[in-house]
Amino acid sequence: MLAFTLKRLGVALLVALTVSLITFSMIYVSGDPAIAIAGEGARAQDIEAIRKFYGFDRPIIEQYFNWLIGALQGDFGRSYTLRQPVAGVIFARLPVTMLLGALAIAFALVLAIPLGVLAAVRPNSLVDRFALTVAVVGQAMPSFWFALTLVLWLGVHWRLLPITGSDRWQNFVMPAIALGYYVTPAIMRLTRAGVLEVLSSDYIRTARAKGLRPMAVLFKHALRNAIIPVVSLSAVQFGFMLGGSIVIETIFQINGLGYLAWESIQRKDLPTMQAIVLTLSVIYVLLTLLGDLLNAFLDPRLRVA
Amino acid sequence: MPGVAMSGRVLTVEDLRVTLPVPAGTLHAVQGVSFHVDRGETLCIVGESGCGKTLTALAVMDLLPSRARRTAARLELEGQSLAGAGERAIADIRGNRMAMIFQEPMTSLNPAYTIGNQLEEALLRHRRVGRKQARERALYLLDRVGIPSAARRLNQYPHQLSGGLRQRVMIAMALMCGPALILADEPTTALDVTIQAQILHLLAELQREFAMGLVLITHDLGIVARIATRVAVMYAGQVVETGTAQAIFSAPAHPYTRGLLACIPVPGKTRRGDRLGTIPGMVPSLIGEMRGCRFAGRCPYVAGACRESEVPLETGLETGGEQDHLVRCIRHAEIAGLAAPSEAVVS
Repeated sequence: MLAFTLKRLGVALLVALTVSLITFSMIYVSGDPAIAIAGEGARAQDIEAIRKFYGFDRPIIEQYFNWLIGALQGDFGRSYTLRQPVAGVIFARLPVTMLLGALAIAFALVLAIPLGVLAAVRPNSLVDRFALTVAVVGQAMPSFWFALTLVLWLGVHWRLLPITGSDRWQNFVMPAIALGYYVTPAIMRLTRAGVLEVLSSDYIRTARAKGLRPMAVLFKHALRNAIIPVVSLSAVQFGFMLGGSIVIETIFQINGLGYLAWESIQRKDLPTMQAIVLTLSVIYVLLTLLGDLLNAFLDPRLRVA
Repeated sequence: MPGVAMSGRVLTVEDLRVTLPVPAGTLHAVQGVSFHVDRGETLCIVGESGCGKTLTALAVMDLLPSRARRTAARLELEGQSLAGAGERAIADIRGNRMAMIFQEPMTSLNPAYTIGNQLEEALLRHRRVGRKQARERALYLLDRVGIPSAARRLNQYPHQLSGGLRQRVMIAMALMCGPALILADEPTTALDVTIQAQILHLLAELQREFAMGLVLITHDLGIVARIATRVAVMYAGQVVETGTAQAIFSAPAHPYTRGLLACIPVPGKTRRGDRLGTIPGMVPSLIGEMRGCRFAGRCPYVAGACRESEVPLETGLETGGEQDHLVRCIRHAEIAGLAAPSEAVVS
């Protein structure tokens, strides 16, 4: 298990490093950064001064390593527009997005797993039909439209929940539902398929042959095996939601990373964008690692390094 | 362990029927099978793939696929009726007084739990014992079924064990509660030939030691000859012949049994270059209603009357009227003196 963990950690580090390289090169893909900062119609000597000030005149390799060493120490440079260190901005916004993501994935899991299990235990029953309906609707409905529908009914019509902001817990209810419902169908269908497949396996027959009660068969023997692919998917979806919350955060004006990303893109604030992408990517890599470790805990066959 | 009666009827099956709905109609997988097993007795159920052997065993255990329908005139374990018993009552008996060993040792253990956990579970479910006692029993039985360094194996996972070892674990698991009856469904089919004999010896030995009733399902007549007390030959969902192993091997009465026996090369009798017997034709479809002898289409002795009405299972005459030897063939007395079917077919 230790060897397995170390190996996965090593792979995760390599992935993170690759991501950092790609993130760094974003600056040059989008054109001359000095011109971008100086603005159109700037004088040549101003551009040159900016280029020197930000170190754009140095060799790219040197720039990358300087940036990387800084990033490792939590220094992502200064925001072009906010006039303050990017790291501070990110760390102020990150908890909000993490909270939203965690609430959303929790909502998705709480809805999807019981529904998926019930649908698998009673295939083609009413519960199964209902679960299928939930899945189809969730897949077909764009999340921004669903979010606006929630705002319209829960916020405007019935006045149950606040529409914008991120100060109180009530602010997170609608965004979490809107964001979580989007990933519910995939998790539910995978749970259903997994439980259905496991229930027809030989070791379930063995468990029943031992005289175990249906609940023990389902929860001890079936669910543990069926949930393994769901763990991987949920980890990936959680990471995806952190990045994908841009739309939801914008709709609800939640001061999270997604909203910040949207602002920085509009203001062409490259260091902030870089830092957001890198932060989200590293979190994503860590989540995948966590998913792998959780699966190795669930299935001893995966513990082979 | 419960008080062990050293003799007496363990299992009585009478007119057991299993049907499965299939797109083309109703599949009559088991059609009125009757047999019984006493303590200390090994009944071998023999037949080709798809003859209903496995479903018969699963029907006794009440482990049939959910869409299958089971009916039986009598289905009794040690005098207690299983046919009318509710799901909870059956679950209390399964793994406790009757246990099953399956054909697929590689996939019959849960990959997520240790061997020890899965063994202990069987005892903890049915007996008021602590985990420690359950572990001791598991350790004792692992040792008893011939697993080296059993203590270490308890903490291992199924994927760390070979197929042969896994089947030994399955046997130990079946023995955890000291059952009166063990149903073994082709327990050696998936194993290496060298391991097969070991597992069978072990089963026979344990069956004697614990004075259990053993139902061994197989298509290997070599196995039957070595360990069976009695034999039931199944064909197309029916028992076509049943009797003591002695009677079946020395005086097979049903053309199908004779055909099966002719397929085995006999040292000394079968010469190099001889063609081994085969039974031409195919097993009939079990979908829909059937009439007459199921084997008629492949039988070298078939007569018009064979196809007309249901053939009853009646006492075989040629074994001197032995009560237990039953055969389902209207011409068995006539053909008793004729040459074996394989010779009739092959020559």
